[in-house]
Amino acid sequence: MKKKVLSMLLASTMTAAMLAGCGSSNEEPAAATTAAADAATDAVTEAAATTEAAAAETTAAVEDTAAADEGKVLNIECWNTEFQSRITDHYPGYEKVDDTTGKIGDVTVNWIITPSDDNAYQNNLDTVLPENLDASADDKVDIFLMEADYALKYVNSDVTLPLTDIGINPDTDLADQFQYTKDIVTDSNGSLKGASWQACSAGLIYNRAAAKEVLGSDDPETVQEAVKDWDTFNATAAKLKDAGYTITSSVNDTYRVYSNNVTTPWVKDGKVVVDDNIKKWVDDSKELVDAGETNTYDLWSDDWNKGFYPDGKVFCYFGPAWLINFSMAPDQEGSIANEGGWGFCVGPQSFYWGGTWIAAAAGTDNPSLVKDIILTMTTDQDVLKEIVEKDYDCVNSKSLLTSLATDDSFGLPVLGGQNPYGLLEEGAEKVDMSNISDYDQGCNEEFQNALKGYFDGNYASYDDAIAAFNKAIVEKYPDVTTD
Amino acid sequence: MKKKSRSKVVEYNKWGYIFLIPFTLVYVIFQLIPLFTTIWNSFFENYRSGLKQIGPNFIGLENYVKILSSGDLWQYAGNTLIMWIIGFIPQIFFSLLLGAWFTDPSLRLKCQQFFKTVIYLPNLIMASAFAMLFFTLFSDSGPVNSILLQMGVLKEPFSFFSSVAATRLLVGFMNFIMWFGNTTILLMAGMMGIDQSLFEAAEVDGATSNQIFFKITLPLLRPILIYVLITSLIGGLQMFDVPQILTNGTGDPARSTLTMIMWLNKHLYSKNFGMGGALSVLLFIITGVLSIIVFKMTGTDTSK
Amino acid sequence: MDKDYRKKESGSSVRVRRIIAYIVLILLAFLCLVWFYILFINATRSHQELTKGFTPIPSSHFGDNFDGMLHSTQPIVKGMVNSLIVAGLSAILCTYFSTMTAYAIHAYNFKLRKFAYTFILAVMMIPTQVTALGFIQLITKMKLMNNFVPLIVPAIAAPATFFYMKQYMDSVLSLSLVEAARIDGAGEYLIFNRIVLPLMKPAVAVQAIFTFVANWNNYFTPALVLKDEEKKTLPVLIAELRGADFLKFDMGIVYMTIAFSIFPVIIVYLILSKNIVGGVTLGGVKE
Repeated sequence: MKKKVLSMLLASTMTAAMLAGCGSSNEEPAAATTAAADAATDAVTEAAATTEAAAAETTAAVEDTAAADEGKVLNIECWNTEFQSRITDHYPGYEKVDDTTGKIGDVTVNWIITPSDDNAYQNNLDTVLPENLDASADDKVDIFLMEADYALKYVNSDVTLPLTDIGINPDTDLADQFQYTKDIVTDSNGSLKGASWQACSAGLIYNRAAAKEVLGSDDPETVQEAVKDWDTFNATAAKLKDAGYTITSSVNDTYRVYSNNVTTPWVKDGKVVVDDNIKKWVDDSKELVDAGETNTYDLWSDDWNKGFYPDGKVFCYFGPAWLINFSMAPDQEGSIANEGGWGFCVGPQSFYWGGTWIAAAAGTDNPSLVKDIILTMTTDQDVLKEIVEKDYDCVNSKSLLTSLATDDSFGLPVLGGQNPYGLLEEGAEKVDMSNISDYDQGCNEEFQNALKGYFDGNYASYDDAIAAFNKAIVEKYPDVTTD
Repeated sequence: MKKKSRSKVVEYNKWGYIFLIPFTLVYVIFQLIPLFTTIWNSFFENYRSGLKQIGPNFIGLENYVKILSSGDLWQYAGNTLIMWIIGFIPQIFFSLLLGAWFTDPSLRLKCQQFFKTVIYLPNLIMASAFAMLFFTLFSDSGPVNSILLQMGVLKEPFSFFSSVAATRLLVGFMNFIMWFGNTTILLMAGMMGIDQSLFEAAEVDGATSNQIFFKITLPLLRPILIYVLITSLIGGLQMFDVPQILTNGTGDPARSTLTMIMWLNKHLYSKNFGMGGALSVLLFIITGVLSIIVFKMTGTDTSK
Repeated sequence: MDKDYRKKESGSSVRVRRIIAYIVLILLAFLCLVWFYILFINATRSHQELTKGFTPIPSSHFGDNFDGMLHSTQPIVKGMVNSLIVAGLSAILCTYFSTMTAYAIHAYNFKLRKFAYTFILAVMMIPTQVTALGFIQLITKMKLMNNFVPLIVPAIAAPATFFYMKQYMDSVLSLSLVEAARIDGAGEYLIFNRIVLPLMKPAVAVQAIFTFVANWNNYFTPALVLKDEEKKTLPVLIAELRGADFLKFDMGIVYMTIAFSIFPVIIVYLILSKNIVGGVTLGGVKE
């Protein structure tokens, strides 16, 4: 009970502090938070005897800050429950009602989930957002989430509000965030339209047992030496094959690493272009597949994840820290993650994977609540630290990551105690997002589908696979032209 | 007196119209109007790209030209046809065989009800769940590979879904399993309708059971066989659920299991109403032609 | 002599043929059932056990998987309820109004009767898919997207069910019965409900089952119409399993979800199997 009161108080005081600060003065958000936290602690000590009264007061305070004339329903468009669970666990004052609804004060929160597969989520946003201004108050979308693959489409459109419109000053409020997380959501006029709590820089997650057996050591530096560039990586693949391992579970594991390091965007002047680095992925992968050193499974498929267990005989996966904690079955007895048998190093090229950006939909009738959610979830140091502790997200705060990197208590059990935050921070600084386009999700999906046919030998040549890819792109994006 | 009763009949007969109202109303709203708007749409360039809406601009027959000239439609029609044939041949073969056995009094098969129940069962299973089930069963680390490895049939797992032949065979096989029970029961009904005295006469003349089957049963079953063939073909043209879910809508490997309806679905999905409309009209024409054939073949007496 | 020989031969050949028949039947029954057996086994095994390969003996994780399914990101129980609502209401509307339509054509002699009958038969073969585009546009305009109405109401106009009802009516309903009721002063609507419908009960039952199953299994239209997870029917949810998402990696739960959508149908079928198998024969010309 006490804890709950504290968090609710935290919510109200913090919102109040932030609202006060956003007008003209530009207080550091961290300072505001500390002040709020202090105030809250004081309040709790005072109110310890009269918990009941304190709770009532809090509710009142929340109502005040959420501005009386704002909507009573907060609609959030998302594609899975990740953000929902972050809010449930870490947003002060959020109460879960059922799987798809919650409450913040007297505002009802609706989670509208549309899976992202095959562009379903985007198609949904495409229909809903342009009509948002005319929607009835309770149906208005207030917040929607987006991924880097297609963020530009919404960022460069009027359906997304600039953060300054809801009272967030990017230069001060978001100063501690990594530049790439801002580049992705900056429109062509330079205004910022979203924020993320994650900096999903990623690396190579290797099987320590396999590394010991084949490379002689499971030390991250030794392993990094064996995978430092693609040529070395492919040479190591041959060694692993002799020991019965495939280097990756699927060619699609390395795809993101190549595609993050392109020099041209997928669609340029309305025409699809295959970048040289992606072509290199095709050539490298074809060799690996033909040599039996990897497979062509779809990511997330049952076949792909068999390497999460020792019997799967997979040397490495590419991914961020959340991949191990969420997907690699750390709670299943017998999995490598369960025994702390993974190691982490940078890999051949740095890349990022995932990341969820929070954006405010034009037409929202809850601007101050939206503002508070964005600031709390992406800048509040205490919340971010909680997220690291509970969810192992690599959070979007330079200062916090720096302090975590040197803190031995943040070694990850799934990594056998290795602390990856230093490498992750280093990687996040290097991520370059200048070559994204509106069409990335569809292009990436269809490219991997089409090329699977080439790797499996169902297309006689690379050109046949590209022809199929072009067809699929035109079906998905009728306005894009191909060769 | 006579006059009065006539007017009464007319009064009753207006109820014919009244009882037709629900059907007509619903049919016009949910079928006829959509049919006409679909055709209307096919003459326009009309699609969405992200947040942009392009069209509708009238472009005449350009959508049709695009579809017919690219050759894709024929490729997907070919895919559909191949997978339909893979399923249909064993389906008709086993249905005839089982139908003949079940109706053959000299065989006196026991447990007929049990077998009929079992073979009809797959027809009721949700095609999407059945396809999802087969996807998991036949994945590289799935139970089928696991069993084949344990039995020593395979040395290493076989990637069913990376092989064009295996994926098509699986789709065909699933269609076979799902439909042969239904066809068996239809054919049995046909066989039981044949005059028993014909069989008796043949037996007296010393005909073997094979001769009886090929010389008597089969020719007399012709109409119902043609009916089964055409309806199955029309059903085959609409093939969607199984390959859609088995391949997650991609029609892979190498678009070799992409059916015509899956292709239509892709256009509907990306809200390309122009191309989707033209494709719908072409599918409509194809099924229309086949329907006319079945209409003629079954000789449905409309004057009755 | 010659005849005796023939008889003996046919006697032993019958036995051989019978053995072959049993072998083929058992093989086919095996091919029909083995998948469901594997499904059942795998639904009782944990993800970790599943990664170790197949065993024919069930394990002890049925409860865990069931629990996991209930708490997964997919509202699978809600999906089943949705499916029940859509399929149930469709079956009721479809059979009731198809019988009504058949009765209109059967019992009354009006000017457009012949035209109406021919028309309904002619449109019987039009696949719903070819009108899907216009259908989606229409219901978007009617603001019925993401709503059960466009999945249920169109069942009123079902030419195939109508045709079946008409065939059945031709064989069981004599107009003298209707005449008698009229003399007793019953209204036409009352006659339909009180006399015609009860007479049609067997056909209604068969068609209700078929319509229910067809709608229960339908994937194409619901996938285009339903958008909210909470409103989706079972087939749409099952199809989502195939699409990848990082929260769905426990194969035990995946098998359990498939089992959950398949086994209730199998159980109901086994209870009603006599009616259903008989119904296919009865309906000679269905679909």
